[in-house]
Amino acid sequence: MIADIILQGVQMSIVLLIAPLLTGVIRKVKARLLRRRGASVIQPYYDLWRLLHKEALMAENASWLYRVVPYAAFAAVWVAAALVPTFAAGLLFNWAADLLAIVALLGTARFALALAGMDVGTGFGGIGSSREMMIASLAEPAMLMIIFTVALLAQTTQLSIIAYYIATTPIGLRVSLGLILVALVIVSLAENARIPVDNPSTHLELTMVHEAMVLEYSGRHLAIIELTASLKLVFYMSLFVCIFAPFGIASPASSMGGNVIGMMAYLGKLMIGGVLLAVGETMVAKMRVFRVAEFLGGALVLGLLATVLLFVSRGM
Amino acid sequence: MANISSDISHSLAGAILVISFMLLYQERMFGLLKVFAMQAMVLSIAVAWQAYTQQAAHLYVTAAIAFGVKGVVIPWSLHRIVPKLGIYRNIEKVVGVGMTMLAGVGLTVLAIMVIFPVTTEETGVVREDLAFAFAVILLGFLMMITRRNAVSQIIGFMSLENGLILAATGAKGMPLVVEISVAFSVLIAFFVFGVFIFRIRERFDTIDVDNLNQFRGDRG
Repeated sequence: MIADIILQGVQMSIVLLIAPLLTGVIRKVKARLLRRRGASVIQPYYDLWRLLHKEALMAENASWLYRVVPYAAFAAVWVAAALVPTFAAGLLFNWAADLLAIVALLGTARFALALAGMDVGTGFGGIGSSREMMIASLAEPAMLMIIFTVALLAQTTQLSIIAYYIATTPIGLRVSLGLILVALVIVSLAENARIPVDNPSTHLELTMVHEAMVLEYSGRHLAIIELTASLKLVFYMSLFVCIFAPFGIASPASSMGGNVIGMMAYLGKLMIGGVLLAVGETMVAKMRVFRVAEFLGGALVLGLLATVLLFVSRGM
Repeated sequence: MANISSDISHSLAGAILVISFMLLYQERMFGLLKVFAMQAMVLSIAVAWQAYTQQAAHLYVTAAIAFGVKGVVIPWSLHRIVPKLGIYRNIEKVVGVGMTMLAGVGLTVLAIMVIFPVTTEETGVVREDLAFAFAVILLGFLMMITRRNAVSQIIGFMSLENGLILAATGAKGMPLVVEISVAFSVLIAFFVFGVFIFRIRERFDTIDVDNLNQFRGDRG
């Protein structure tokens, strides 16, 4: 029991501690690919530290909502990231790691941020919020299709069981899995405000989505929001690892050694994912905001196709 | 081993189906040609894989024809024709991308619903491969219906033919003569289309086939 609590605690702290490092690695790789030197990989930690010590300026007409939202969003995303099985499949709170519940947690965080974006009443906040909600309303049906497909394969929406099932059962090459891999890549690019949907490192007013929404925040609030964004990236990476590459994950009954191996495998896979993301982002250009609907529509169609293939072929 | 080989051919068939969806999604002329060439190449890999697993040497010829004619010659010549016609801009469509894609998913479901009941003796993967091939054929039809531009209608026709080859090579014992004659009839159809396009263009200064509607008798 105590060991279980400790393992869950390790999982909660590891996702939080590694989140800025992953962001730093991605920035570094992108910089190197563009033949720049780039900041050190631990620069995001320094950034957070500096922001935490700065004064948090508030607009005069900001309501209580504006103050609460960063913490609420952060809490929701942290819970989601802590529930995904990263290095072990048998954690204490894994019964709560239902895919639908996790998506609902992320939706709550996004809803809170969109409200805060409109709270102060500046133009940018409103644009950012409306665009963010547009992208979300297109990404979520696709995400649901992905969840249905996984649930049809593994007969459950519980992530730890899914990861364990995929790691241990020889299911071979499945067309449906390939389809949802592509769909999940598209959805997570959109959800994390990465290129080609949004550019996380720009403040060019015509194109920004997520950055426009949180433009008014400063000081410790901004630090929390940046940490939330990093954490969300770690969450999606963990989701990929958990569904598509769960090899090396510690089984529910494994000992300390199994957990250490699982941890090493997880960290390695996370870094590989970060490098792949950086390479992908360097190769493509950002698309126009109104093209995003078609891009995400593609994800929806792929997810629908995957579900249909599994569902119909099972029925006959 | 048997499991892995059917898994690979299954994935290749799935990839061809996804590329058909990419053709429907594609908006730019040159992008369309590239995606079409990609489909032909994946098709030739799939056919070559069938040749390897079925120990059928003549399928290698089919793969080579698919690669040479549809992967290289046709995209390359279309690549030369398109600038002469002056249509590098976006392709006009009858309905939007979203509707087309949803119709495509509907057609895929239809293909599965049609193929599965009539092939109950076969194993699961073979049935799905046949269903994929049929879906590719239907998507080719859909593409010909939803595009106004004659060049993208040709691409739709060619991708329809890709579906035919995929279906034919999945079945054992397809004679080489049939395949060669199909390949050449496609090539001839391509030439006919080419001449046809230039005639339309000379007549109307555009290759939007909507203009042909004014010659219909019922319109007066």
